[in-house]
Amino acid sequence: MSVLEVSVEASANVLRPLTGNEAIARGSWEAGVKVAAAYPGTPSTEILENLATYPAEDLHAQWSTNEKVALDVAIGASFAGRRALAAMKHVGLNVAADAFLSQAYIGVNGGLVLVVCDDPGIHSSQNEQDTRIYGALAIVPILEPSDAQEALDFTKLAFDLSERFDTPVIVRGTTRLSHTRSPVRVGTRTDIPGRGFLEQPAKNVMIPAHARRRHGVVLERETRLKEYLEDAPINRWEKGDAAVGVVTAGTCYPYVREVLPNASVLKLGASWPLPDSLLRRFCDSVERVIVVEELEPVIEREMRALGLRVGGKEFFPRAGELSPELVRAGFEKAGVLQPRPKSNVWAPEPLMRPPVLCAGCPHTSSFLAIRASGARVAGDIGCYTLGCLDPLRGIDTTVAMGCSIGNAIGMVKAGETRPVVATIGDSTFLHAGIPGLIDAVYNQANLTVLLLDNHITAMTGGQDHPGTGRTLRGEEAPRVDYEALIRAVGVKWVETVDSYDLAAMHQQLREAINYRGVAVLIANRPCVLDPVKIKGPPLQVVTAQCVACQACMNLGCPAMSWGKETFEGRHKIEIDQSLCIGCSLCAQICSVDCIQPTAEVRK
Amino acid sequence: MSGPSPTASELAKAMPAPSTLAAAEQQPVNVLVVGVGGQGVIMVSKLIALLAQQQGFEVKQSEVHGMAKRGGAVFSHVRFGERVWSPTIPLGEADFLIALEWAEGLRWLNYLKPDTGVFICDTKQIVPPFSCRDRRPGAALGYVRETVDEVIAKVAEGYAIDATHMAEQLGNDRVANVVLLGALSAALKFPASQWEEIIADFVPKKTVGVNIEALRQGRRWIEEARKGLPHPSTVPTPAMPVHADYRVRLEITPEWCKSCDICVKMCPERCLRLNAERIVELASPEKCTGCRMCEWLCPDFALRVHLDPVRATEGAVR
Repeated sequence: MSVLEVSVEASANVLRPLTGNEAIARGSWEAGVKVAAAYPGTPSTEILENLATYPAEDLHAQWSTNEKVALDVAIGASFAGRRALAAMKHVGLNVAADAFLSQAYIGVNGGLVLVVCDDPGIHSSQNEQDTRIYGALAIVPILEPSDAQEALDFTKLAFDLSERFDTPVIVRGTTRLSHTRSPVRVGTRTDIPGRGFLEQPAKNVMIPAHARRRHGVVLERETRLKEYLEDAPINRWEKGDAAVGVVTAGTCYPYVREVLPNASVLKLGASWPLPDSLLRRFCDSVERVIVVEELEPVIEREMRALGLRVGGKEFFPRAGELSPELVRAGFEKAGVLQPRPKSNVWAPEPLMRPPVLCAGCPHTSSFLAIRASGARVAGDIGCYTLGCLDPLRGIDTTVAMGCSIGNAIGMVKAGETRPVVATIGDSTFLHAGIPGLIDAVYNQANLTVLLLDNHITAMTGGQDHPGTGRTLRGEEAPRVDYEALIRAVGVKWVETVDSYDLAAMHQQLREAINYRGVAVLIANRPCVLDPVKIKGPPLQVVTAQCVACQACMNLGCPAMSWGKETFEGRHKIEIDQSLCIGCSLCAQICSVDCIQPTAEVRK
Repeated sequence: MSGPSPTASELAKAMPAPSTLAAAEQQPVNVLVVGVGGQGVIMVSKLIALLAQQQGFEVKQSEVHGMAKRGGAVFSHVRFGERVWSPTIPLGEADFLIALEWAEGLRWLNYLKPDTGVFICDTKQIVPPFSCRDRRPGAALGYVRETVDEVIAKVAEGYAIDATHMAEQLGNDRVANVVLLGALSAALKFPASQWEEIIADFVPKKTVGVNIEALRQGRRWIEEARKGLPHPSTVPTPAMPVHADYRVRLEITPEWCKSCDICVKMCPERCLRLNAERIVELASPEKCTGCRMCEWLCPDFALRVHLDPVRATEGAVR
């Protein structure tokens, strides 16, 4: 067995190096979770991937079409009396928010835990919203682990609290928690017997008369939660130097400890709701209180509302991810630490290395054709969002999952003079694109949808979805027939084109744009990385023929770069044989036919 | 539920006693591993983390992925010691910077401890398409210009090692990262046998031999480099700017233009348009790079690009 493989046995004395995501998966398995569902989203993706490595007889783990469905599935399992988990990235909770906010009124039967992973610093997201604000909105407790051990422990606790207080519970992580590996002491699974379905319509059916009553219950529940949190062990008072007291939570805590090893620290394990009297007592015990939290001043505002004098966001940034440097700088600004002498470290100007579409990425030709079409382009979320960057520059707008088609309808109805194209990937289309497409047909918008079907959820590392024909556990599943689905909602012009046939791509896109009404063009080629890494015989540039016109460089292919030889002052092109997969797009573009196969092509 | 994270003494009880690296008992040892997506940055950092944990240290290893696969910059922080708090290495506190690519190594230099930090860098250059986007004649490559000697002179202790070439010599260019790991192994004083054991445990069975050999070569290379012996590293040649001065002139024959729009749509700089008579014209002359795309693509030979050499005297006046 490999050293990192998941093993269900636990040995008390072995500490395992686990990432936050692996620890959350382990914690929910140990807590006896029976149903788990998610839609992949960085940095939360590995939670379900990991849960799927635990025995199928212990739990059902699934990819859902989107976060709302994932939460609905978990809620259903909770209704049926079993412990259930839904995992998502921060923006996924927006998609699931409708169900979530009402479920907060209903409460739970089997324990219900939402793991929501924020992305401070926007490493791979479209915003950096702070999930903790959902705690106040839904009046639901939010636990914030600070390392992998706590990720495991808090996840288990979340299930207990959920059942004890009859509430869904959020475990909030961040990218730093999800993707940091640290030693974890694991336990074993407790099988929780099913509670059976409870027939209690006054609690489970949210008609106005019931909901009004439940709102009162929710407020009373918040009071009980606050009381519990006054002396719950997850809120930890670490006594130290009385000159400065720091209130912090989650992944900010280790930064505070790194920078101020001797300070008094109140480490909140739950960032919602807050224990009023504990906070008061802490503030009374030290001369000065500073709140260290990433993103929004959630704790700081609450403390100020209690009339407590605290510092916070005047020292620490409200945008972006914190780091030991930023926390140190904040305490220097606050006068807690002496400024360090500035060291004159030599740092050369960094190279620009934005992420790019892979060598041979099938999305490339779609954006070449789009650019040539002169269309206004509403983009969507996925690898193809990179099509907005130089040199493809083929996307005008990108908002959130599934927005492209609706945005395109709006542009058309507002009288945009250029033809309007929406680009959307297969997984995103299934996630939230279908209602937009139906809307376009219903409202008779003249637009083109370019469905970029690469047969996988690529951006998050290659997860299956209803269009791949496989489940999360790799079992065979029914497969969505896109053409039939699209025709069924009333689209008359549907065609499929091979993404590696550039001429056909140009031609079909022009036809789609010229069609009056909704036209859907499906660009069809698998992702070059997942589920299998595609590698064909590479191409080469016959340098003597190359006129350095740079036409092939318009692909933005990472396998192509400038060689040493020049023509008319421009660099001739070289192809990195190890990166080129032989997609042949560059050869199709080359105006002097100097890009040739390295191997004999079998016809 | 259990309480806070395991303490150092609990860790010590649970694992074999630390053998070396007494320094790590006071201050964590910080290793920053950087490179480009797909090079094996995460694998290298996982190996270091595993080995440190086997030695009885608390280890935190933190990385950011998501966009990483897409050829972007990748980095992974490894910290180990008696007690480690922050999962990321504070600026200016890395003991070791291991770079799998030349420009990426330079990007993170300010994370090294100014006085004692050790910089171990592959001289491999992965030039992103972003660096090759200037179509003007004479345009220079947008890659770092610093030479190896300049960089090594500026750091406390620096080694530029052609690990990719060494890996190719071993018959598998994928093991370049293990060559660098070998170089690190000479500086981090874990027993050599344990490095080899953990690599044998970690890599696919078929590649154990080549990985162990790569590790040994990296270790040998740096031991020789430390003795000041000449070593067989090849130094990358910095990309030379092309000294060619041309002035771009676009000649349009309006009578031959049939308004097909191909040149307008395909111009990479978007500097052409059709005028009121639907005849092509150069709308933004300052954007035209003279790439000849319109000339190659026009079915009617209505466009011609002239690159007029600029005489040396003129060039001097500019």
